[in-house]
Amino acid sequence: MAIKITELAFDPYHELKLYQNTQLEHLGAIGATSLFIGTMRDFNQGSQVTGMSIEHYPGMTEKQLGLCIEKAQGLWSILDSLIIHRVGTITPNDVIVLIAVWSAHRGDAFDATRYIMEALKSTVPFWKKECLEADTERWVISNTSGYQQG
Amino acid sequence: MSIKVYYFASLKEHVGSSEHELDFTQSLTVNEVWLRANGTLVLPKNTLAAINMDYVDWDSLVSDGDVVAFFPPVTGG
Repeated sequence: MAIKITELAFDPYHELKLYQNTQLEHLGAIGATSLFIGTMRDFNQGSQVTGMSIEHYPGMTEKQLGLCIEKAQGLWSILDSLIIHRVGTITPNDVIVLIAVWSAHRGDAFDATRYIMEALKSTVPFWKKECLEADTERWVISNTSGYQQG
Repeated sequence: MSIKVYYFASLKEHVGSSEHELDFTQSLTVNEVWLRANGTLVLPKNTLAAINMDYVDWDSLVSDGDVVAFFPPVTGG
């Protein structure tokens, strides 16, 4: 399991490859790898968004991400997991978050990945502030539940 | 007893500070910590509270050396 918070832009596929190279103890046991990659849009709530800053609570962020994974491990059979999340200044098309889950079977990997993402969205202390056109800014007020969206 | 109080995101701007130190002689709840630190400043609805990086209710008791944090609903991912 690995959790990484970074101010630097990252290539999720490269990070995934690097991490998979460390998973020697799971070779032969992994039957499924599930990924979620969240990317910054250039629009939100009817406005053009030119950039974003993401603040977090260092320490609590890692602790709560660890709890997300721990709870998922209690619900599904997971061999390994990786979470990377950006903080600081980001621009449209940047990857914000990568979640990867490895398991023996696809059901566990799919369900745990989604669970961790939804838990992150509702419990991990990150806050987004959007930069709009005309040099105005606004805090994102709340996250929606991914389970309720059509 | 002494504690640190941290504020994040829009709440930090609302309070006008990222942290306070608070000294007190008898047990305080999280709600009382907010009142001691911020007086009559309006508490934005949906504000969340944590003690030592765990979410807590507003009637939770704070101990010497604790770190209390107040912040708005989270919006990561």
